[in-house]
Amino acid sequence: MAVGLEHFLILSAILFSIGLYGALAKRNAIVILMSVELMLNAVNISLVAFWRYVAPALMTGQVFVIFVMVLAAAEVVVGLAIIISIYRSRETVDVEQIDLMKW
Amino acid sequence: MMPTEVALAIILLPFLSFAIISFIIRPFFNNRPQISGYVTIASIGTSLILSLWALVEVVKAPGHVLTMPDYLWLAIGDTSIHIGVTVDALAAVMLIVVTLVSLLVQIYSQGYMHGDPGYSRYFAFMSLFTGSMLGLVLADNLVFLYLFWEGVGLCSYLLIGFWFHKPEAARAATKAFLVTRLGDFGFLAAILLLYANTGTFDIGELHELALVGTLGGAVLTWAAIGIFSGAVGKSAQFPLHTWLPDAMEGPTPVSALIHAATMVAAGVYLVARMFPMFASSTEAITTVAIIGGFTAIFAATIALVMNDIKRVLAYSTISQLGYMMLGLGAVGVAVASGALDLEHGLMLGVAVGIFHLFNHAFFKALLFLGAGSVNHATGTFDMRLMGGLRKAMPWTYATFLIASLSIAGIWPLAGFWSKEGILAESFHSVPILFALVLITVFLTAFYMFRVVFMTFCGEYRGQSQDSHGLHESPMVMIGPMVLLAILAVVSGWLPISEFLGGESHSFFGALASPMSWASLVLAGLGIFLAYAIYSKKWISAESLRRAFAPIYTLFSRKYWVDELYENFFVMRILIDGLFAAFHRFDDRVIDGLVNGVAGGTVAAGRHIRRVQTGQLQLYGMAIFVGILAIVAVFFIFG
Repeated sequence: MAVGLEHFLILSAILFSIGLYGALAKRNAIVILMSVELMLNAVNISLVAFWRYVAPALMTGQVFVIFVMVLAAAEVVVGLAIIISIYRSRETVDVEQIDLMKW
Repeated sequence: MMPTEVALAIILLPFLSFAIISFIIRPFFNNRPQISGYVTIASIGTSLILSLWALVEVVKAPGHVLTMPDYLWLAIGDTSIHIGVTVDALAAVMLIVVTLVSLLVQIYSQGYMHGDPGYSRYFAFMSLFTGSMLGLVLADNLVFLYLFWEGVGLCSYLLIGFWFHKPEAARAATKAFLVTRLGDFGFLAAILLLYANTGTFDIGELHELALVGTLGGAVLTWAAIGIFSGAVGKSAQFPLHTWLPDAMEGPTPVSALIHAATMVAAGVYLVARMFPMFASSTEAITTVAIIGGFTAIFAATIALVMNDIKRVLAYSTISQLGYMMLGLGAVGVAVASGALDLEHGLMLGVAVGIFHLFNHAFFKALLFLGAGSVNHATGTFDMRLMGGLRKAMPWTYATFLIASLSIAGIWPLAGFWSKEGILAESFHSVPILFALVLITVFLTAFYMFRVVFMTFCGEYRGQSQDSHGLHESPMVMIGPMVLLAILAVVSGWLPISEFLGGESHSFFGALASPMSWASLVLAGLGIFLAYAIYSKKWISAESLRRAFAPIYTLFSRKYWVDELYENFFVMRILIDGLFAAFHRFDDRVIDGLVNGVAGGTVAAGRHIRRVQTGQLQLYGMAIFVGILAIVAVFFIFG
């Protein structure tokens, strides 16, 4: 069976959905962070796939993916730092417990 | 021919004096306040000379009118307001009255106000008043007239409250201002009503429109009544008379000038000035006659029982102003009913009213100056603490006596001539009011001679050791009084009435008419009764008072008009009614609206903010569902 564009896209969609589910349903902040990474990488897969199958002559898709990776790394650094800082003061990473700013 | 600048200079000179005193003398030469007096006298004296010039020119002019060019003052859209002056017979006579009495009062004030800490301020206000009064007299349109009308009202306020550290003076000033303001409101409304209907403020044009009939019916009647309400306030006619007796808290020369001779006469002048309009409306002119006649007897009865010499004079002034209004009203009624030829009637009415104003200005100013002189010696205005001043103050006594005879209407003094005119006219057109004012002749003679006998005859009733200290006032005060006394005799002989277009009277011929005899006999009776009670004490004043206790109480409490206004109108209707309603409206509706909006917002926020859970994941869910919805819509509806 020849692997085509749609396979990559389906994989990407599955990964994105899993990530979305994790980001919306999980309580643990670290798991949410991981889920966000999953969603970013799902997007990366579809970007690379589109590049390869639609416009292989241009470097745009690859450059985009590199940017997203850099961004994701930075995001994780900041995100983890916030989570650690919250954990130190609140002794929890459960997002439902983190309600200091709530009315 | 007299240049227009002269007429303007008559008005502006006293204003100049006011400016000099306020901006130069008071700040820089305050240690020599007598300069203020000299500046005032010089400026008003010059005004008097110019007024005499104007009078001579008016006498020579055809039709007794000098036409003067107008100056454009304001142009607002299509409305243009001109500043202009009219010098006609009426204005010329008023100019002489105002400048002459003002000058004499200023000279007198040099003595009376000597050493007062507010000496300069006093003369500044007096100058301002004189200028405003002259402007009022010369103005040829209603806006300009109204400006000066309020100007004299302001000066009256400032001078009544001249000794503002006395609470009664401050209260009296406020009262005078508010009560006259009530009348002025009607005046202002009338001016606007006239403008809305005719498009002009010019008095001459308004008269033409009224006489032709273009301006007529309800508009004319209401406008005339509105103007009259201004006159009622200014001239202290019933029912707005209550401010004038209280205004006696001011310095006595102020009472003489403002509250006897000039400003209170401004109301009469206004009716005279607008006489063609009044005479075109039967209702309006009848109102003038009735109010005038009623006020004449109403105020005279109160004057019978007052013990404060200035208050007697104040009520007497109200009564005499009522006479003037009645004089105007009586002729006006005759004109409006067609009994009198229009052209002749218009002039006759003004002549009858203004002739009495002219004479009254001199003898009433003199009476007040006399009261001031008495006060200067005894330090009181209470007649019960006076008596026997004849010996100590012969000049004051003589002049006061002449003025009293004049106001009582004794032939051949000034008051006789003008009062005869009013009695004769009212006899023909309003017989009921004639009966009232004929009785008033008796009352006038009685209360004036009650004052004379209580003050100058008998024994001194003040602190007995003071009686040696009683002294005649200085020459600077006596001089003007003597001059006014001469005027109080002769002013009736001057051909003022003919000059204004009224009837002339022969010196002895007046004694031939039965009416003259009737009024002379009544006046004589009044004097005799006062003599019997207060000088010879054949009848005890105390037993009379007891015999007529209810009537005495009615008079001495001034018919409870003040109490009615104070307790009913002010306390009940205004404070408890209207103002309380305003307060409730403000408290509940206005504040309620503001607080309601704020409270509603807070309450709404308290409930709606529950939607914002702060759970990011819920928001994410909402975004996700939203996107799904958009995509679904996109796919279904394409």
